[in-house]
Formats: sequence, structure tokens, C-alpha cells
Amino acid sequence: MAGKDRENAGTPVGRRVVLALLAVGGLGVIGGSRVSDGLARLLAPLESRDPTGLIALFPLGSAFRFYSVTGSVPTRTAESYRLTVSGLVEHVETFRIADLEAMPQTKLVDDFQCVTGWRVLGVQWAGVRLSELLDRAGPMPAATAVRFYSFDGTYTESMTLQEARRPDVLVALQMLGSAVTHEHGGPVRMYAASMYGYKSIKWLSRIELTHGEQLGYWETRGYPHDATIRN
Amino acid sequence: MTPHTDATPARLHRFSRAERMVHRAIAVLTIVCIITAVILYNGAIEIRIGHRRVIELVHVYCGFALPVPVLIALISAAYRADLRRLNRFTSADWRWLRSRQRRDGSIRVGKFNAGQKLNASLSAGAILVLLGSGLIVNFPDLARLSWRTGATFVHDWFALGFGLLILGHLTKAIKDAEARRGMRTGTVSTGWAQTEHAAWADEITAPPDPTEDTPPA
Repeated sequence: MAGKDRENAGTPVGRRVVLALLAVGGLGVIGGSRVSDGLARLLAPLESRDPTGLIALFPLGSAFRFYSVTGSVPTRTAESYRLTVSGLVEHVETFRIADLEAMPQTKLVDDFQCVTGWRVLGVQWAGVRLSELLDRAGPMPAATAVRFYSFDGTYTESMTLQEARRPDVLVALQMLGSAVTHEHGGPVRMYAASMYGYKSIKWLSRIELTHGEQLGYWETRGYPHDATIRN
Repeated sequence: MTPHTDATPARLHRFSRAERMVHRAIAVLTIVCIITAVILYNGAIEIRIGHRRVIELVHVYCGFALPVPVLIALISAAYRADLRRLNRFTSADWRWLRSRQRRDGSIRVGKFNAGQKLNASLSAGAILVLLGSGLIVNFPDLARLSWRTGATFVHDWFALGFGLLILGHLTKAIKDAEARRGMRTGTVSTGWAQTEHAAWADEITAPPDPTEDTPPA
């Protein structure tokens, strides 16, 4: 039994290390959102002034993660961009960037919250309320929902007409203090403050009024259809 | 040190087939997880490559699969015996960790040195934490939002730590061709074993000592 004795000599440090890591992980799951928010507040001013971009490489909390579900997304400039509002409407409307900019602008500062947990605190948003665009097109009585299309050619989302009319649902032209960049879904994207990020469709190209909601891209792939943020 | 005579074989058996296959399977799954993680995490790369759903599925299922080779290999007695060795720390292990001369052979090391033991347990713990936090992030119905935020935080930092651990592991492996041969073919030269793992070399080359089985008087 010499071999067995050798194997069983000493203390089970390996098991303790594994259990300790599990404990740290468990505590992190429960308390990590606070730590993450604290770090984000502490480091946000540094990160925005970091010329090396090194800080952004570390998972320090408040940072956007970029999602693209297709191969490559075409870029649209202010000249080539068009937004159509169609479907169950009195008259189909098409907007250029300048048309949208000429409409009353709403500014708000609110978090971007992903359903998976990551969030970016206090993002500056500016744009036209969706309800404003809907009013111009005039929804027919049969219209009960709004469907959004991305010019990436694949991504869609939808919400009820009632949700779409909330004052915190924006057709965003600006984000983080400047025009929405291509990576963030520019030149025009949605922002629905009270819902998880997957409702805030990027590269917005078409808004369609429909009778009844259709499942969106991530909703057919397991995300909950009700995207209301609940803590 | 045991002299290399005709009685000692030129090569010693170090890793069984099961162990080598587990190592290879975990290596492949981990590399795929790391590559897909970099794509999912880094904005510039993600936007260029896109197809997030596919990348995500590959990442998630390779992650779920990570513990499977270990669980299957538990039927192997040789594998279980090495897990026991990795688990146990002796006073010599603590001395080895603290010593500056740990590489000169003055502390006689068993089949695994304390660094290898730590690497094994840190890797196992990290994989389990990444698996648990990954489940919470991937299935939003499992936990409330603040826990999902916490799980994202945990997943990111453990991934970073595990990545650094793997870099250390690879650096050590790159520097030692015989150690790599051991994991690739299952055998190592007796000379290497006597230098790097003297106590283990003695243990498997020494003729059976009849007094060892006799209980102390």
C-alpha cells in the first residue's frame, strides 16, 4: 500500500483551492454588480481620457459590448440614409437625417442594460420620440404593434404600439454626446430606456406598423419576449 | 539519486492514454473558448466578424463540454490516482513553493511539483466558476438581473485570470521539451524524471521494498 500512502500524504489543498474559487465566484455573482458599478464610476473619467485605450481592454464594468449578427453591415451616410415608416399607416413616410434633425429633439441620460447582465451607466441619448414619427404616418385602427428592421438585413424587433408610444422610446441620432457611430448602430438606431438592449435595434432602416407583435431576432433564439427591465 | 543502471529503464511511463486524451480534449475546447471569447468581447473584432449567434453557440457549447472529458476519465484508475496526487500538498510542496532554489533538485519532487498542483486546482476551480457564471449569463431566467450583472463581472475576470494561468502553463511547456513529450507520448526519459521529479522516479524505478508492507513495530 506504499503507493496509496504517498497519494494520500499531506493535506487536500487542491480541493480547498477549488472550493475557495467557487466561494469567490459565488460572492462575485451576488455582489459583483455593485463592485462593477463602483469601478465604472471611478474609472469612467479615466477611461474617456485614456489615449492608449488599455483601460477599455479590461472588464472594469461600464463598457459597451458590440453585437453584430450578420457578416458585414453596410455603412449609411447622412446622404444615403432613409428611414421609412410603413405598414398599417394612413400615409407612408420617408425621413432623411435632415428631416429627423428638424423635428423636436428629446435628450435623456439613462443606462443601457443588456439582458445578459452587462450595462453602461448614464449614457447620453438624443433623438426624436418614436411617437412623433408614428403620429406623422398615422397608424390605422388595426395597428397594434410596431416592427423595426435593421439595414444589416437580418435583425428585427417589435413592441406593442402602446410601448412604442412611451416618452422614453427614441429614434436616436446622438449617443454618448455625438452622432451615433456605425459600431453603435448609426447613423440612426432605436433606444428604449425601460427595456433590455435587444429592443434598441441598431442600424434602423424601417418601422412597420402591424397587427400583433412578431418575435424579434433574439426572441426566436431564447430571449424573453417581454423585455421590460426588472431588477 | 538512483544511478541509471541496466535495471532502470530508459523511459518511464508518466501519463496513461486516458490522461493524455483528457488533456488534449480540454486543450482544444479551451482554445476554442478563448478564440470565440476574444471575438465576443472585443468590439472592433466582433463588428468585423459579426455572426454573433454562431460564435456565441460555439463558445457556450464548448464551455458546457469542458468538464465532460474529466467526468468520463474518472472511470480510469490511473486518472483518479493522479487527481489524488494533484489534490494533496505535503510539507515539501510548501517548502518548494517558498524556495528560491526550487529548480535545482534539492527538494525532491514527487510526480507533480507544487506549481503543477496549483495550476491543476486553479484551472479546475476557474472552469467551474466560468461554467456557473456562464450559465447565469446565458439563461436570463435563472437569476435576477443584479446577479446576471455580477455573473458577467465574475465571468470576465475569471476568464482573464484563467487566460493568464494558461499563458504561464504554455510558457513552462515551451521551455521543457521532455515534459511536452511526456504529455504527447506518455513516457519521459529516466534522466529527466530523476532531475525534475526525483521522488517519483525513485518510487517507480525502485525494486519493491519488502519492509514497506510490514506495519511498523
